Amino acid sequence: MSTMTASPAAAPSPSQPPRENYLNASYGIRSWLFTTDHKRIALLYLISITSFFALGGVFALLIRLQLLTPEGWLVGPDTYNRLFTMHGIVMIFFFLIPAIPGVLGNFLIPLMIGAKDLAFPRLNLLSWYVFNIGALFTFYAILTGGIDTGWTFYTPYSSIYSNSQVAAAVIGIFITGFTSILTGLNFIVTIHTMRAPGMTWWRLPIFVWAHYATSIIMVLGTPVLAITLVLVAGERLLHLGFFDPRLGGDPLLFQHLFWFYSHPAVYIMILPAMGVTTEIVATFARKNLFGYKFVAAASLAIAVIGFLVWAHHMFVAGLSIYAAMAFSMLSYLVAIPSAVKVFNWTATLYRGSVSWQTPMLYALGFIGLFVMGGMTGLFLASLGADVHVHDTYFVVAHFHYIMVGGAVMGYLGGLHFWWPKISGRMYPEGLSRAAAIILFVGFNLTFFPQFVLGYLGMPRRYASYPPEFQVLNVLSTAGASILGLGYILPIIYFVWSMRYGKVAGSNPWPATGLEWQTSSPPPTENFETTPVVTWEAYDFEHRPDLVLPKPERAQPEKLEAPGLDGRD
Amino acid sequence: MERTGALLGQFRDLDQQRETVALGMWVFLLTEIMFFGGMFLTYTIYRMKFPHAFAEGSRELDVVKGGWNTAVLIASSFTMALAVRAAQMRKRKLLCILLASTMILGGVFLGVKYFEYAQKFEHHLVPGPNFHLNVPDAAQVQIFFSLYFAMTGMHALHMIIGEGMLLALLIYSWKGKYTGGYFAPIENGGLYWHFVDIVWIFLFPLLYLVDLHR
Amino acid sequence: MSESKEQHVIPFRTYALIFAALLALTFVTYHVALVDLGPWNIVVAIVIACTKAVLVVLFFMHAAYAPRRTRLVILAGIFWMLLLLGLTLTDYLTRPPATDSISFNNAPVAAYVR
Repeated sequence: MSTMTASPAAAPSPSQPPRENYLNASYGIRSWLFTTDHKRIALLYLISITSFFALGGVFALLIRLQLLTPEGWLVGPDTYNRLFTMHGIVMIFFFLIPAIPGVLGNFLIPLMIGAKDLAFPRLNLLSWYVFNIGALFTFYAILTGGIDTGWTFYTPYSSIYSNSQVAAAVIGIFITGFTSILTGLNFIVTIHTMRAPGMTWWRLPIFVWAHYATSIIMVLGTPVLAITLVLVAGERLLHLGFFDPRLGGDPLLFQHLFWFYSHPAVYIMILPAMGVTTEIVATFARKNLFGYKFVAAASLAIAVIGFLVWAHHMFVAGLSIYAAMAFSMLSYLVAIPSAVKVFNWTATLYRGSVSWQTPMLYALGFIGLFVMGGMTGLFLASLGADVHVHDTYFVVAHFHYIMVGGAVMGYLGGLHFWWPKISGRMYPEGLSRAAAIILFVGFNLTFFPQFVLGYLGMPRRYASYPPEFQVLNVLSTAGASILGLGYILPIIYFVWSMRYGKVAGSNPWPATGLEWQTSSPPPTENFETTPVVTWEAYDFEHRPDLVLPKPERAQPEKLEAPGLDGRD
Repeated sequence: MERTGALLGQFRDLDQQRETVALGMWVFLLTEIMFFGGMFLTYTIYRMKFPHAFAEGSRELDVVKGGWNTAVLIASSFTMALAVRAAQMRKRKLLCILLASTMILGGVFLGVKYFEYAQKFEHHLVPGPNFHLNVPDAAQVQIFFSLYFAMTGMHALHMIIGEGMLLALLIYSWKGKYTGGYFAPIENGGLYWHFVDIVWIFLFPLLYLVDLHR
Repeated sequence: MSESKEQHVIPFRTYALIFAALLALTFVTYHVALVDLGPWNIVVAIVIACTKAVLVVLFFMHAAYAPRRTRLVILAGIFWMLLLLGLTLTDYLTRPPATDSISFNNAPVAAYVR
C-alpha cells in the first residue's frame, strides 16, 4: 500500500500514481453506475455538468449570433424567446447550482473533514440519478418545442397562456430540485456528525464552511421553488386557480414564491466559488487566511441575509412601495459580508509569497470580476436606479459578471487546484495559464459592453434592437467566441492529462488541508487510518511539516520505485 | 462500503450512525416545512383577500368527516409513538401490532378522504370547467378549492408514501430487525409520520373551520 | 453527542396523557369555531393548532429529550417559514387601496366573476 507522508516543502513526485486508488479499485460500467463512493459520484457529476454546460453554451452562442444585427437575422422573436429561456434554465438549474457542490463538494468534503464518505452515500448516488432524470424531462421539453416564458416562469403567462412545454419543463426542474435538497441534506449532516477526531468547527477549511452555508440555503429554499412549480403545473394541467387574475389570483404571489428561492439560489451559486477562492488564495499566497472566523461567519451571514432580499427582483412589478424600501435596504445589507470576504482575501495576499499558477489566476480573476458584479448589484438595489436599468442589459451584465466571472471561474479554478488530487496527474501549466487568460479577456469583451448597452437603454430578452446599439453587440459576440475557445481548452487538456500528465504526488502545490495528506488519487476509503487533527486550518507558519500519525507498521514506508509494472 | 450487522461502513459505530440518521430525518422534515409553507403562504394571502369566499368554500366541506379524520390521525400518531417505545423495549410482537395499527388508522384516514373527494366531484366543486357554485363570488371560491385540493392532496400523497414506509418497517420488524437494540429506522419513520400529522393539525382548522359559526 | 433516549423509556402514561390532550384540544377547536369571536376565531384556531403541534413535537417526536442541535433545526424551520410569511405580508399589508380590484381594501369582487 502506498503511503502519504506529505510535507509542504515540495515532496518528490513519484513516477507512478499509487497502485490502488478509487479510480482502479474496481472496473466496469456497473462499478461506476452503482458506486456509492463520493469520489466516483463526483466524477459522474463532472460528466453531467460538462454536458449541460455545453448545451447551455450552444444556446448562448445562438443568442449572441442573433444579436449580431439590429433586425435579428437568425431567428424570429418566438424562437428567440425559447433560446434565452432555455439558456437560462439549463445554465442555472443544470450547471451553476449543482456544479461546485456536485463535483468539488462531493469529492472533497469527506476528505477535508477526515471521513470515509458522506453520511448517506446511497442518497448521494440517488441525487445524481435524480439530477439526470430531471434533465431528461427538461430535454424533452426543449426537443418538443421548448419553453418561451423566460427561466423565471412568470404567471399567468406560464400557467395559462403560453403555448410551450411549460409543464414538462417545470416537472423536470422540480425533480432536479431534489438533487439540491438531498445534496444539501447530506452535506449538513456529514459536516455535523462525521468529522475526524480533533477536526473542530474552527479548524474546518473555509471550503467546508462555504458548503455548509450553501447547504442551508439549498435545504430551506429549494422546497419553496418545488411547491411553486407544483402550483404552476397544477394551474396548467389541472385547471387549479392560484395565479389567474380572472379568478382574483395575484400574479405577484407567484413572483414572491419564485424569488424567495431564486434569490438565495444565486448565493447557492456563488458561495461555493468563494470557498474555492479562499483555499486557492491561502495556498498560493503561502499564508494563513486573514480573519478566518470572519470569513466563516460571513459565509453564514450571506446565507441568512440572502433570504431577506428577494423582492428586489420585483421593484417595478407592482410591489408596495414600503415593502420595496425595506427590501432595498436589506439588499444593501447583504453586500457587507461579501465585502468582508474580499477584504480578507486581499489582506491574505498582502505580504504573502504570491505565486501565479493557474488556480491563482482564476482566483484573482474571481475576486476582480466578483467585485465588479457585486458593486453593480448595488445600483440595482437602489430603487431609483433600478427603475432605469431593470430588464435591460445592465442586469444581464451584472449577473453574468457574478455567475460567469465569479462562479464559473471559481469552478474552473477549483478544478485546476484539485485536479492533481482527483486524477493523480498535473495538467500542462503553460496551456492552462493561456486558457485562463483567454477566458478572462473573452469574458470582459463579452460582458462589459453589456453594462453600457443596458445603461443606454437596450432591453433584455429582445430579439432585435435599435441600430445604434450594434457596435457594442458585435463586440459582445466577438468576446463570446473567445470565451468559447477558452472553455474548450481545459476540456481537451484535462482529458489529455489523465493519460499523459505528469504524476502529481500527494501534495504538489503544497497546500495545508487534510485532503492533501492522502495519496493522489486517494484510496477508496480516503485515508489509511482515521486522521487525528491537531493543527489549525491554513497553518502555513506553524506547521511546515504537516504529518499524519503514521499507521502501525512493521516496515518504514517507501514510495514506489520506478521499474515496477506501471499501473495508472 | 460494507455493512456489519446494522452498522454501515461509513460510520465508526452505531452511536454515530444513529445520531447521523436522526439528524438526517430532522433536516428532511425541515425541507418539508418549507415545502408546505409555500402553500400556507398562498392560503394566507388569499384568505386575507377573499374572506367571504373562503367561508363559503369551507361551508361546503364536511366538518364531521374532517374532525373524525383529525382524531384518527392523532390516534395513529399515538400508536406510532408507542411503536417506538415497543422497539426500545425489544417487544417484537407489540411493535408489529402497533405499526399495523398505525397503518390501519392511516388507511381509514385515506379512505375517508377518498369519499370526501368523490363528494366534491359530484357536487361540481372541483376547480376547472366543471366547477359550479351558485354564489356571487364563485370565482374566488374556486381559489379556495384549488388550495383545498392542493393542500390535502399533497398531504394525502405524503401519507401514502408514509404507508409504504410503514409497510417496509412492519416487514423488517416482523423479522426481528429492530428489536435487537438498534431501532433508529422506527424512530425516524415515526418522525416522518408525526410530521404528516402536524400538517393535518393545521389543515383542519384552516380548511374546515372557516367562519363555522355562520 | 449520543442519543439520550436510548436509556430513557417514556412511560405509557405520558403518551396516553398527550393523546388525550390532543383529542381534547381538537374538541375545543371545533366548539370554539362555532362561537362568533370575530377576528379572534382565526387567532384562537392557530393558537390551539400550535399547541397541538408543540405537544406532538416535544413528546411524540421526543424533541424534549433530543440534543440541542435537533431543537436548532426545528426552530430554524419555524423561523424560516415565518420569514416567508412575514416578509411577503409586508408587501400585501402595505399596498395602497386602489380603484382596481386586486387590492384588499375595497372594490367589489363581483367585477371578477366570469
